[in-house]
Amino acid sequence: MKTKSTKGFLQRNLSIIFFIAIVILIALLIPNPYYLGNFVIIGIFTIVVVGLCLLMGYTGQVSLGHAAFYGLGAYSSALLTAKVGFTPLLAMVIAAVITGIVAFLIGIATLRLKEHYLALATLGSGIIIYIFFNEQVNITGGPSGFSGIPYFSFGSWQFDTERSYYFLVWSFVLLAIIFARNIVSSRIGRALRAIHTSEIAATCMGIPAFQYKVQIFVISAIYASIAGSLYAHYITFMSPSPFGFQASVEFVLMAAIGGLASIWGPLFGVTAVLFLTEFLKTVVPEIMPSAGGEYEIIFFGLILVIVMIFMPEGLVGGIKDYFAKGKIKKLAIKVNQDLAEFPENDLPSDRNKGVQ
Amino acid sequence: MKIFAKKYLILFLSLTLLLTITSGCGSSDQKGDQETYKIGAIFDITGPASSLGIPERDSALLIEKEINDRGGINGHKIQLIIEDNESNETKAVQAAKKLIEVDKVLAIAGPSTTGTSMAIIDTIQKSQIPMVSAAAGSAIVNPVDQRKWVFKSAQSDSVVVDKLTDYLVETKAKKIAFLSMNNAFGDGGRKVFETEAPKKGLEIVALEKFGATDNDMTPQLTKIKSVKPDAVVVWAIPPSASILTKNYRQLQIDVPLIHSHGIGNQAFIDLAQDAANGVIFPVGRLLVAESLPADNPQKSVLVKYAADYEAMFKQPRSTFGGHAYDSISLIVAAIEKAGPDRIKIRDELEKIQGFAGISGIFNMSPQDHNGLQKDALVMVKIENNKWVVVE
Amino acid sequence: MPLGNELLQYLLTGLTLGGIYALIALGFVTIYTVTGHINFTQGEFVMLGALTSISMIKLGLPMWLAITVAVAIVGIFGAAFERVVIYPARNSSVVTIIIITIGFSVAIRGVALLLWGTQSYPMQPFSSGPPINILGAIMNRQSIWVLLLSIVVVITLFIFFERTVMGKALKACAINRLAASLMGISPQKMSLFCFSLCASIGALAGIFITPITTATYDMGLMLGLKGFVAAVLGGLTNTTGAILGGFLLGILEAMGAGLISSGYKDAISFLILLLVLLNRPEGLLGKPERDRV
Repeated sequence: MKTKSTKGFLQRNLSIIFFIAIVILIALLIPNPYYLGNFVIIGIFTIVVVGLCLLMGYTGQVSLGHAAFYGLGAYSSALLTAKVGFTPLLAMVIAAVITGIVAFLIGIATLRLKEHYLALATLGSGIIIYIFFNEQVNITGGPSGFSGIPYFSFGSWQFDTERSYYFLVWSFVLLAIIFARNIVSSRIGRALRAIHTSEIAATCMGIPAFQYKVQIFVISAIYASIAGSLYAHYITFMSPSPFGFQASVEFVLMAAIGGLASIWGPLFGVTAVLFLTEFLKTVVPEIMPSAGGEYEIIFFGLILVIVMIFMPEGLVGGIKDYFAKGKIKKLAIKVNQDLAEFPENDLPSDRNKGVQ
Repeated sequence: MKIFAKKYLILFLSLTLLLTITSGCGSSDQKGDQETYKIGAIFDITGPASSLGIPERDSALLIEKEINDRGGINGHKIQLIIEDNESNETKAVQAAKKLIEVDKVLAIAGPSTTGTSMAIIDTIQKSQIPMVSAAAGSAIVNPVDQRKWVFKSAQSDSVVVDKLTDYLVETKAKKIAFLSMNNAFGDGGRKVFETEAPKKGLEIVALEKFGATDNDMTPQLTKIKSVKPDAVVVWAIPPSASILTKNYRQLQIDVPLIHSHGIGNQAFIDLAQDAANGVIFPVGRLLVAESLPADNPQKSVLVKYAADYEAMFKQPRSTFGGHAYDSISLIVAAIEKAGPDRIKIRDELEKIQGFAGISGIFNMSPQDHNGLQKDALVMVKIENNKWVVVE
Repeated sequence: MPLGNELLQYLLTGLTLGGIYALIALGFVTIYTVTGHINFTQGEFVMLGALTSISMIKLGLPMWLAITVAVAIVGIFGAAFERVVIYPARNSSVVTIIIITIGFSVAIRGVALLLWGTQSYPMQPFSSGPPINILGAIMNRQSIWVLLLSIVVVITLFIFFERTVMGKALKACAINRLAASLMGISPQKMSLFCFSLCASIGALAGIFITPITTATYDMGLMLGLKGFVAAVLGGLTNTTGAILGGFLLGILEAMGAGLISSGYKDAISFLILLLVLLNRPEGLLGKPERDRV
């Protein structure tokens, strides 16, 4: 932290202030609570995806079971508040601890595996947890689910309107982003980047790679858990279906579209995906009147494929690259031809400056 | 990086603003005509429950056309706003909120399944808007003191279990094996059957489950075969109900196979093919409308609906479509008396008596928000790929 | 039914399910060995094969022609998929390729939804007649077709890889891509061919299992998942392993449902998968991979 310059510190605060301003602006600009409700869902997904990006972007590990952690948080919160009578905040903390422990156990067992094996191991654990939601009928209500989950409250302060919930969720998003940024710029973040580049090299440098990976896995599960708690108190009905394999895949896709190794990427990815879905849902039936339903997944899938082929860093990374290239062009006009003779040598270093 | 952070934040901002504005425009042009009554509908049009949702959407379109063709409700045209919840609970809640807050509908018909209906109950109760679900689970309207605003048009699974267990007792079956699909529909049926069957002296000798996407139910059936039941009861919808029926015939289990009302569509027979023959299930009278005696009070409604539906959509009738048709008919009947007032519509819904719908004769009361009894059902047998009433 | 018969019945059901999973696993394994990619689109090839053949039959083509046409169409589609989607991204990381194939499978599912709607489609079994009784346990005729197909595919693949120039070229790519290209084999052409081949195998699998399972636009998701599990279980680099993994998974599922709990059957198979992964990450028949620094 202390190595950062004052200017950088200000700039960092600037983007946060900017973010807060947008959140408030949206609340002011949108009078209809239903549309604010969409932003509540965006916020909840963003928290999950920020956690997932920490894992995927900074360790290069893909998790196809994150919906289970999201579900564990949601179910723990729902059960503790509806059936035990805990306050939502306390339940959220306990839910996070439970999820953290489960993630820790899964993490120490599976994180030694390589990419696609790990993908399968997380997928398997996710499905097992999902089956437990379905089968422990006495606890979870089984596939029929249960209702009667209280709204989120903070002392006597009840978050029972869309608007208040919007602010609640986005406060959590803000915290999630700030926390993630601190992790990335801390010692553990540097270590993770080193592991991502070459795990063996990192280990040779004395970085306990496995330990760091487990830590980040647990943190990312806790992110999902907190989002799950927020979901439970928002929907106030619990059933297993939002926590299945497809949800896990959707989270990964949102993370990928936004850009894995970036802090603001998740926000962008989730918003882009959800808005695109809504947008296509209104536009597609206009073009094809016989069409009804989820045809929008065609475009969703194709956009993802195109993004991954042409901007493997995700939309945010791609836009960054685009700006970086623009900058180089301007630079190239300014400098003399003798410098332009070595564009290949200049390009990467310049780009690095831009991205740093 | 910070400069870029700002740049894409701006991009993000402009994108959200743009989309907010465009989506805002979409809703504003729906205002204007004060004369039109807006009724919302949420169906599971895509996803695993689409075999329910599609005929429901079509039936809703059919009744919208019918009512507007005859001049609407007291001179007011109706406008149906149909939302697809993709068989997904979160989407159902969002759809309900949209109908309530954006479209400001008078009442909501649907959703199609127990799961999606249960999901939106809290929202409905909080927003105080009448809803008539098209799903089976009795938990949707019970306990009734916590479901002031919730009604439903499909026969409750408790009513179906009542009819089905009567039939089992009549046929002198004692030992019953029960199989259910592992979702809210199957689970609801299982819960009711587990508590109600022993009360009629039936013994449940096996209780098995299978997943909605399973490809083979032979293991469960093998287990059931080994306990030698007198009859097998299955609570599922196609396609898994059909696959199970095929497996049942392959294993040559020779006791009666009894399904729930979940197989009340042509898709079940199409998918199970010859294996469907001999299956017995309780269902509303729609499937056998033409063979009803002329003095049956439902006959004219049923025959007309079936003929119109089959002519308009070139699809065979399905009881699910009938549920949606009933949901909207009930809402329309209530609006006719109450006018465009949500509270009065709810009160009128609760007072509906002797209403001949597709699923039966509705007699609502403050204690019964379904209004159907077991006489709304008949036992039907599939013979030569056709439905025949069992006497 | 005595317990022995019951067990035999579970075994036979397991073989049916296993045959289905094995055929899908073969696609995963072949693509992985030759190109090093995990192709999550494999399940969608299965769906496309099944639904295309049903449409062909509806058009009035005889069964054998409908199957041939469907397999050819999906094969061409697989090649197009490789050229348009995989080829431009061939140098991306493992994670990126996984995401790309998942994304593309989502898009294909959407297109299938548009073309075929949400309903399920039945198909007549290849040979009619009552199921076959083996020592009191029962197996339906279509399951035997599925088993036959998996055996035929494995033998054909074996002969192809061991006895033909093309197959040996593919194998060379699998062993060392750089060395193969130095020997004048184009890994890109091999990749193209391989995707086309695996799409065709997937399509065949889809067609053969439809009389048992019926076909819907979203059948590929679960089948693809189970096929992937089977492939990893057997060892991702080994064709025989894929078959073994498929049958093992099928039998586990049937036994789990019959003997332990029908609700937990998938949990049981995944638990065993996790145990195998943790103790032998290379799968049952796979060779341990060495880390590249």
